[in-house]
Amino acid sequence: MEIFDALMQGFATAVTPQNLLLMMLGCVIGLFVGAMPGLGSVNGVAILLPVTFLVPPTGAIIFLAAVYYGAMYGGAISSIMLGIPGASTAVATVFDGRPLAMQGKADWALVAAAVGSFVGGTISVILFTLFAPPLADFALKFGPQEEFALMMLAFATFIGLGGDDIPKTIFSIALGLVFAAVGLDEISGQPRLIFFDIPGFYHGINFLVLAIGIYGIGEILWTLETSQGDVRVSQASFTASRILDAFKRLKSSTVSIISSSFLGYFVGILPAAGATPASLMAYGVAKTMSKDPDSFGKGNITGVAAPETANNAASTGSMLPMITLGIPGSPTTAILLGGMIIWGLRPGPLLFVNHPEFVWGLIGSLYMANLFTVIINIAFIPLFVSVLKLSFTILAPIIFVLCIVGGYAPTQDLHDVWLIVIFGVVFYLLRKLNYPVAPAVLAIVLGPLTERALRQSLVAEQGNVATFVERPLSAIILVLAVLLIVLPVIKMTKHKKKSAAADDGPEADES
Amino acid sequence: MTTRTAELLMAILMGLLSVGLMWKSTELEIGWIPDRGPGGGAWPFWLSAVMLLCCLVTVYRWWRRATPQSRSDVEFMDRNTRRINFITVGSLVALLGLTHVIGIYFAIFLFLLFYIRFVGRHSWLLTGTLSVATPIFLFFFFEALLKILLPKGYSEPLFYPLYRIIY
Amino acid sequence: MTKPSILRRLVLLPMVALCSLAVTAGSAFAWEPKKPVEFIIMAGTGGGADQMARLMQSIIQKNDFSNQPFIPINKPGGSGAEALRYLQDKSGDDHIVMITLNSFYTTPLQNPGLGVDISTFTPIGRMALDTFLLWVSSDSDIMSLDDYVMTVKEKNKDWKMGGTGQGQEDSLLTGMLQNKFGFEVTYVPFPGGGTVAKNLIGKHIDSTVNNPSEQLGFFEAGKSRPLVAFTPDRLKQFPDVPTSGEAGHPDLVYFMQRSINAPPGMSADAQAYYIDLFKQVFDSKDWQDFCASDGIFCDEWLAGEDLAAYHTAEKAKHEELLKGMGLIQ
Repeated sequence: MEIFDALMQGFATAVTPQNLLLMMLGCVIGLFVGAMPGLGSVNGVAILLPVTFLVPPTGAIIFLAAVYYGAMYGGAISSIMLGIPGASTAVATVFDGRPLAMQGKADWALVAAAVGSFVGGTISVILFTLFAPPLADFALKFGPQEEFALMMLAFATFIGLGGDDIPKTIFSIALGLVFAAVGLDEISGQPRLIFFDIPGFYHGINFLVLAIGIYGIGEILWTLETSQGDVRVSQASFTASRILDAFKRLKSSTVSIISSSFLGYFVGILPAAGATPASLMAYGVAKTMSKDPDSFGKGNITGVAAPETANNAASTGSMLPMITLGIPGSPTTAILLGGMIIWGLRPGPLLFVNHPEFVWGLIGSLYMANLFTVIINIAFIPLFVSVLKLSFTILAPIIFVLCIVGGYAPTQDLHDVWLIVIFGVVFYLLRKLNYPVAPAVLAIVLGPLTERALRQSLVAEQGNVATFVERPLSAIILVLAVLLIVLPVIKMTKHKKKSAAADDGPEADES
Repeated sequence: MTTRTAELLMAILMGLLSVGLMWKSTELEIGWIPDRGPGGGAWPFWLSAVMLLCCLVTVYRWWRRATPQSRSDVEFMDRNTRRINFITVGSLVALLGLTHVIGIYFAIFLFLLFYIRFVGRHSWLLTGTLSVATPIFLFFFFEALLKILLPKGYSEPLFYPLYRIIY
Repeated sequence: MTKPSILRRLVLLPMVALCSLAVTAGSAFAWEPKKPVEFIIMAGTGGGADQMARLMQSIIQKNDFSNQPFIPINKPGGSGAEALRYLQDKSGDDHIVMITLNSFYTTPLQNPGLGVDISTFTPIGRMALDTFLLWVSSDSDIMSLDDYVMTVKEKNKDWKMGGTGQGQEDSLLTGMLQNKFGFEVTYVPFPGGGTVAKNLIGKHIDSTVNNPSEQLGFFEAGKSRPLVAFTPDRLKQFPDVPTSGEAGHPDLVYFMQRSINAPPGMSADAQAYYIDLFKQVFDSKDWQDFCASDGIFCDEWLAGEDLAAYHTAEKAKHEELLKGMGLIQ
């Protein structure tokens, strides 16, 4: 019960008037930063970090935690409303969030995201409270081999995500992986794939560049074509009864939300992984386990709830390696870590012992921020939905402007914005020819992690390929990955046999 | 151009891209370095090879008419789509090009003015309000609140007095 | 702020600009920034250079050292290649400064095609010297540098040394050790110093040459053990750890400098302004406290020409190190 008392103390810290005010401010700022395509929690926290040196550490961390959660949720808003993932953690949210919004069910998607985030946050705070020290030890066991196995698991959960055209799906994955290799070869330290010696390629092709290109520019070209000009994206109305309706719908996602919370948390605590692979895996698992996997990608509410649950759970989870090991599990925690060091709080196994008030204050405020963000967001849903009622010839140019500005902000290099436009056009054409585009986006997110882990393992073991199966932990994860690949294939072949009679296939709905 | 032609053309173009990427990857070691595993170019090289293979399969399937796209004689992009795409992409390129010269705020103003008024055919009042309000909002959101500097090109000196006010 | 007032200001713009010129002329400095200053970081978010830049930014802001904000921008591409090239391309710009790592020397040496000559850059001031120690897990039997050399000589390639990448500071130090003692280890690169430290504790690698700040948390928890500090004097946080000189190898000294530099061709007045400003940051209590808690040397301030001379010497030293490791011709 000692831990429980400590946590209560943490809550008490979080709800003093000054801290509550900081939290409100943080949530709202975070929300807007996150909702801007291109800007995510990383930018929010990085930009506001110096401000926090002016207030005491506890107030500072509460403010930043609120910004963090606000931005995480804001990412979902941009994914659902604009169809552009505001951050890599919200990629999977686009897959079903966007179709739901197009069908006029944006409010359902937003509710699903809010509820999922809240449950994910709650479960992970409980797990954190109860099992922090043993889990930190577990995280230490994760070497490069295990990281590689984990990435294979992430890819495996996505095997079913591609289109019906297998060579084109593989092409898309490989293209994403090659793009991920641009910039620097981390192992040899040499520049790699610097096309035409343009300096902008030194920082590589950021995930955001591809995502904003595809989902921002490309998607709008697509919509302009299918709608031929002046349409309203959705005719969604907003009433309290629709919200209740959404809650009822969510009941069917209960199992998914709970399992995504655990999945997200455990992936989140692994130092290399963080919230992005967690949300992708949660989506993949939810789809694999679903009774109706075909409805995913076409507006399934579980497809929004699962990744949002997992990314929130993982955000809390990734605090653990930061606090106990001093290893950031995500770019955002990397900046928080920098802040802690400057505040004079040395992360490490002793932080729990030496500064319990800080650690539990952080946990408490994370939780409060989570609760707060959900409330603010549900309150804002009518506002967001009304955006979609704008005429498309107003919405489209404004989205273009947001894409351009958002594409520029993270690296402050116009080179990236040109790439966004080029990718937007090229992937729009590819999509017209039935090349699936989502696999390329996933691949560019997971690519660098995978290559690095693979080559680190091989360097460390002097080229011994067997190292991946010789280590028990990595062997177990690899077996899981193989199982995940085999499972949907069996399901699919069964399914194919069933639907062999009704042949038209998925291409019929492309028109 | 029919969809069938487009399918072949795209497969060939992407195949050429793959070859280009493979060639570029060979700047680094693409083989196996004893005791160290794959070299720095191996990952992009072999993945580009996979891309090339996929393109070849797509061309083969085109020849066999195995995909819906390779059977379709429908025009790949109709007149209306070509027109709207040309205008949209063209104005985006102009927006970016102008950003280098007159800065992002004035470029956005012109872009919105053009797109909302001449593509969307909305009223001058709405057009004017949005094209003025958007850059002003962006300026305060990015430069004042988030302290992210956006490119200003030759319009930079115009902002000096504003900096004095907001900082 | 309401819209009409902004519009009015835009209309009044030329007049305001004139007035502001007059104000500038009357201020204490010969030169003052007219717009926000870009504070380039030649590394990614969350690393040591990033932390320092953001701390400096907040010190400047807190103490009102500057009338315009300093805005940190990360340009980590190509081990700093992108940042260096950016500064080179912005020659003559008075509103850019950059915080450096030692890749300031090594990256141009390894990429001659980059077209960057750091001797043309405008030196501002050296803010700190980051230190390195040799670390093993506390479960290891190795207690001293001599033990270490003996064990590693036996293991050679089977000994895994973690670091942050070929050509980075820790790999150069590893190279120094290899040349000095005649062993050859397997060097495993990781994405950052913190990850290196964690992999040592998780026993995925056998030793590291981390900065104090990266290992301090584990050290205080009794999980890692420093064998030797590559410094001329003992570090305050590690009074019991011998220096390389005490272990009999005074030539094994290596620092990472953290200095502020500006693009080539910056005006002399602007340079003077920044030197004065960063001197104030350097002398501030916040900065000195940070240095003390992180095991960084911040005793000696170098600025302007002195810093340029220091850069020349360090560049020559790194050229030799890189040649010794076969990384350049």
